[in-house]
Amino acid sequence: MIKVEGLTKRYARAVAVNDISFEVEKGQIVGFLGPNGAGKTTTMRVLTCFLPPSAGTATVAGFDVLEQPLEVKKRIGYLPESPPLYPDMEVSEYLIFVGKLKGLASSDVPKRVNEVCERCAIVDVKSKLIGKLSKGYRQRVGLAQAILHNPDVLVLDEPTSGLDPKQIIETRELIRSLGGDHTIILSTHILSEVEHSCERVIIINQGKLVAQDTVENLTNRLRGSESVAVQVASVNGNLNQGEVRQRLEQVAGVSRVVLKETKDNHCAFEVESMQGRSVRAEVARAVVTAGWDLYELRPVGYSLEDIFLQLTASEKAGKKEEAKEEVKAAS
Amino acid sequence: MRNVIVIFQKELKSYFASPIAYLLLAIFAVIFGFFFYSATRFFVLQGMQMQMMGRGMPMDVNEYVIRPLLTNASVIGLFLIPMITMRLYAEEKRSGTIELLMTSPVRDLEIVLGKWFAALVLYAAILGISGINIGILYAFGRPDWKPILVGFLGLLLQGGCLLAIGIFISTMTRNQIIAGGATFAVCLMLWVLDWVSAYDQSAWAKVISYLSVVTHFEPFSKGVVDSKDVIFYLSMIFFGLFLTARSVESLRWRA
Repeated sequence: MIKVEGLTKRYARAVAVNDISFEVEKGQIVGFLGPNGAGKTTTMRVLTCFLPPSAGTATVAGFDVLEQPLEVKKRIGYLPESPPLYPDMEVSEYLIFVGKLKGLASSDVPKRVNEVCERCAIVDVKSKLIGKLSKGYRQRVGLAQAILHNPDVLVLDEPTSGLDPKQIIETRELIRSLGGDHTIILSTHILSEVEHSCERVIIINQGKLVAQDTVENLTNRLRGSESVAVQVASVNGNLNQGEVRQRLEQVAGVSRVVLKETKDNHCAFEVESMQGRSVRAEVARAVVTAGWDLYELRPVGYSLEDIFLQLTASEKAGKKEEAKEEVKAAS
Repeated sequence: MRNVIVIFQKELKSYFASPIAYLLLAIFAVIFGFFFYSATRFFVLQGMQMQMMGRGMPMDVNEYVIRPLLTNASVIGLFLIPMITMRLYAEEKRSGTIELLMTSPVRDLEIVLGKWFAALVLYAAILGISGINIGILYAFGRPDWKPILVGFLGLLLQGGCLLAIGIFISTMTRNQIIAGGATFAVCLMLWVLDWVSAYDQSAWAKVISYLSVVTHFEPFSKGVVDSKDVIFYLSMIFFGLFLTARSVESLRWRA
C-alpha cells in the first residue's frame, strides 16, 4: 500500500530524513517511533504530498507522490501534529467543508459527517465553535476530519498527544478499530502507544532508519535483561546503604546496582539483571532475610530512550556514547 | 470548479463569521458617507450661487458629485484591501490549516481562485454600501446611470487587481500584520506612482506612471470604458494570481 524507497529530505541547512526505505502492507497498523526531531513528521509530510522529497520515491496505493499527487491525496487521510482546525467554524460546518474539499459527493456529505461524529464521539459538540472546544475534543475533530472521506491510508501524527488517559484509551481503541479497512501509519514517541495499537514498528532516529520489525520481535529483543527499582528501609532506623548495596550485588544474576536516592532511613536502588535472568524474587528474599524492610519492588518499564540505547548499542557498538548523547539532546 | 466554489464559500463565511467584514463595511460607510455629504453639500451650494448670479446653466450631478465620489471610493479601497487580503494565507500558515488545504485533492490554483473570488465579493459588498448614497441622489435628481455602472466596473477591476497583489503578499508570511503592512505599502506606491509624470517626461517616467492603478481608473470615473485600461487591470489580476499560485507551490519546497 505504501512504498518508500531511498527517501531523503533536505532542508536549507539540515538533512531531516536520510535514505529511508520501508513498505507497509494493506490493512496494517504501523507505528512510527522516534524522539522529537527524528524526521517522523517530515516523512509523513512527504507521504501526504505536503512536501516533495529531495531524493528517492514514495508511492501510496501505486501512485507516486510527485507524479500524481491528486490521486494520492484522494486516498490519504492526514491528521497533522496540531489538528488543522478553523476556530471560528462550528464542528459540523467544518466537517462539511472538509468533506466537500476531499471530493465527497455533496449528497453523501451530511451522512458521512454524522457517521464520523458518532465514531469519534463528538456528536454532542457538533454545533459548538471549534475555538471553544477542549484539546481532547479538538484532537477528535481532527481525527474525524482525517477519516471523513474513508481513505485507504491514514497518516496520524501523534494522535494521542495532549489527551487525558481516558481519551488516550478511547483513541487507541478507535485506531485499532480502523485497522483492517485502512492502512494506518501513526507516529509517536511513546513506546506503550505502539505496543497497544500497532502490528509493526519503524524506528527512526536523526533521520535514519534504526529498526523495523513486528512489535513482538522488537520487545523480545529488548526484554533480554530486566531492570528493577528497589526501595529498602530499616526497622530500627539505622541503615547503611553501602551494606545494602553489597548485599544486592551478591544476589545471583544481578549485573549492576545503582543508588538512586537516600532519604532518612530509606534507600532506593535500581538493580539490573543479566541477560535472560529474572531477579525479582531473589532480590526480595535477600532484603527480607537481611532484616530490612522492603518498601518497593517494581520492574522499570522500557522507555524509548532505553530502546534507542539498546538498538544503537547492538547495531553500532562503537557509537554508543554518541547515541546516548543524541537521545539526551533530543529529549 | 467545484473546489473553487467550496473554498469560496468557506472564505466568504469566515469573513462574515468574524468581525472583519462588518468592520470594513462600517469603515467604508462612514468615510464614504462623509465624502458624499461634502460633495452634495458643495454641489447644492454652488447650484444656488449660480442661480443667484442669474446664470441658469444646469449643473451635471454626474460630473460634480458622482465622479469625485467614485475617485474617492477607489482611494478608500486602497486602504481597505490590505485588511481584506492579509489573513487569506498568513492565517492558514500560522494556524497550520494550510496543511489541510495542501494535502486535500485540490489544485493550488483552485484554492487561490476561491480565496480571490471571496475577497472580491466582500469588496463588492463594501462598494455596494455606496449604492445607498447614490440612491439618495436619484430621489432628488436624475443622474445618468451608465457612467455610474462603468465607474463601479472600474472600481471592481482596480480592486481585483490590488486584491490579487494582496493575496500574493499574504502567501509570503505567517504574520498577518506584516502581510497587511506590506500590501498597504504596495497599494500606496501603485497609487502615487503617476505623480512621476508631473515632473518628468522621459520614457521611464511614462512606464512608471503607466503602472499606477489610479491613472487607469480615471477614464472609468468619467464613464469611459477604454479597452487599454481593462486589459491593464485584467493582466494585473492575472499576473497577481499567477504569482500567488507560484508562491503557494514554492511553499512546498521551502517549508
